Amino acid sequence: MSVNEEFRPKIVAFCCNWCSYAGADLAGSSRLAYPADVKIIRVPCSCRVNPMFILRAFEKGADGVILCGCHPGDCHYSTGNYYTRRRMTMLFSMLDFIGVENGRTRVEWVSAAEGVKFSTTMNDFVAKIRSLGKNVRLGDLRCKD
Amino acid sequence: MQGLKARALELLNDGTVSRVLGWKIGENTYDPEPAFFETAEAMEQFVYNNFCAANLSKYMIEASKLEGKTLVCLKPCDSYSFNQLLAEHRIDREKAYIIGVGCKGKLSIEKVKQSGLKGILSVTDTDPLKVETLYGDAEVAYKDAMLDRCHVCKGKEHVVYDELYGESEDTSDADRFEQVRAIEAMSPEEKFAFFQAELSKCIRCNACRNVCPACSCRKCVFDSNKFDSAQKANVDSFEEKMFHIIRAFHVAGRCTDCGECSRVCPQGIPLHLFNRKFIKDINALYGEYQAGADVDAKGPLTSFTTEDAEPGVVSQGGIV
Repeated sequence: MSVNEEFRPKIVAFCCNWCSYAGADLAGSSRLAYPADVKIIRVPCSCRVNPMFILRAFEKGADGVILCGCHPGDCHYSTGNYYTRRRMTMLFSMLDFIGVENGRTRVEWVSAAEGVKFSTTMNDFVAKIRSLGKNVRLGDLRCKD
Repeated sequence: MQGLKARALELLNDGTVSRVLGWKIGENTYDPEPAFFETAEAMEQFVYNNFCAANLSKYMIEASKLEGKTLVCLKPCDSYSFNQLLAEHRIDREKAYIIGVGCKGKLSIEKVKQSGLKGILSVTDTDPLKVETLYGDAEVAYKDAMLDRCHVCKGKEHVVYDELYGESEDTSDADRFEQVRAIEAMSPEEKFAFFQAELSKCIRCNACRNVCPACSCRKCVFDSNKFDSAQKANVDSFEEKMFHIIRAFHVAGRCTDCGECSRVCPQGIPLHLFNRKFIKDINALYGEYQAGADVDAKGPLTSFTTEDAEPGVVSQGGIV
């Protein structure tokens, strides 16, 4: 990578099928812009995201990982995102504990009607990761160029 | 010890139990090992001294599958692990006959060695410890030779037992979360450097996983050959971090803080710090919780309230 080239982070966004993925869809059909650095992975529920998925994303070269789900109380499966909330709080706290910058992980609740929120969230998150720079602490060196 | 041995023999001979789960004499006073005893002859090897630190509750998973009852010796802190396994339906209470054995803090030969003594020939488990070395005799204070975990003792009460043997003592004289707080106060760079230095020592021997009473899955995620950290040969520094984070996460909310992981680590990595960090966070956010204290209690990560803190709390000043 040449020095002058702008840093383009790799961002993984886990979006739940019922709210956030539809929210992303709405952002698209409403022609709201968000950076192409965000790669969306659709999951049935935010609760499907095993903490290992997040670590694995970092290992394979992600610079930031964001998890989007239905607003608490609106989960398609009633209670899935409540478990997600506790789990992710614990995981993020642990990552912070071992010295990974805590801005690299985020959870946002985005409903199917919040195309605007999806777009602003992603813009904000990408800007944050750009300011943090490349993720060197949790990367697998073998996967880097 | 003789009384305990006699009582165990009595129960073995009258058929109340089919086997005894206890500790066997090692080569020295300081290295007794967990063992099953099925006959009176075998019981001659039975020992219980202040070096018997191993938590025997995990062996009850296998013992629960065997015919007949198993007599198991549990120290007060081991009884929490037993209860937790009971709550997870991993062991059968009917198959266990628990003798709650007294404990006044367990000793560690590593601690004796750390006091600078070399060429140790024999050690007594008395207070103070009388150490015979190649270079003469020495004494070590009992408190100084105690395992780290005994300085944050869970108390002298057994939470589950059929009968009690011997006196226990609460040996806690340190703040359980002191080290965790010290790390939390570091900058991200310092934290990372600290854990990088500690975790790079890991040789992936899996001793921490194998000894952990909470790591009781029949098929472990780390045994999958599709998983890169299945063995040391194909891992890099990240895999070690990942292994320890995932292992700590898998036992979060179920870990009784028995401290076996740190005790058995051949590299001396303070693995309990991960578990204590989770326990500290759980206590702060979801209310005080001691795994294994109550069989009917719901685990903090398998329950929720609608008012829980958002994960953003971590980046907004952290969990206090």
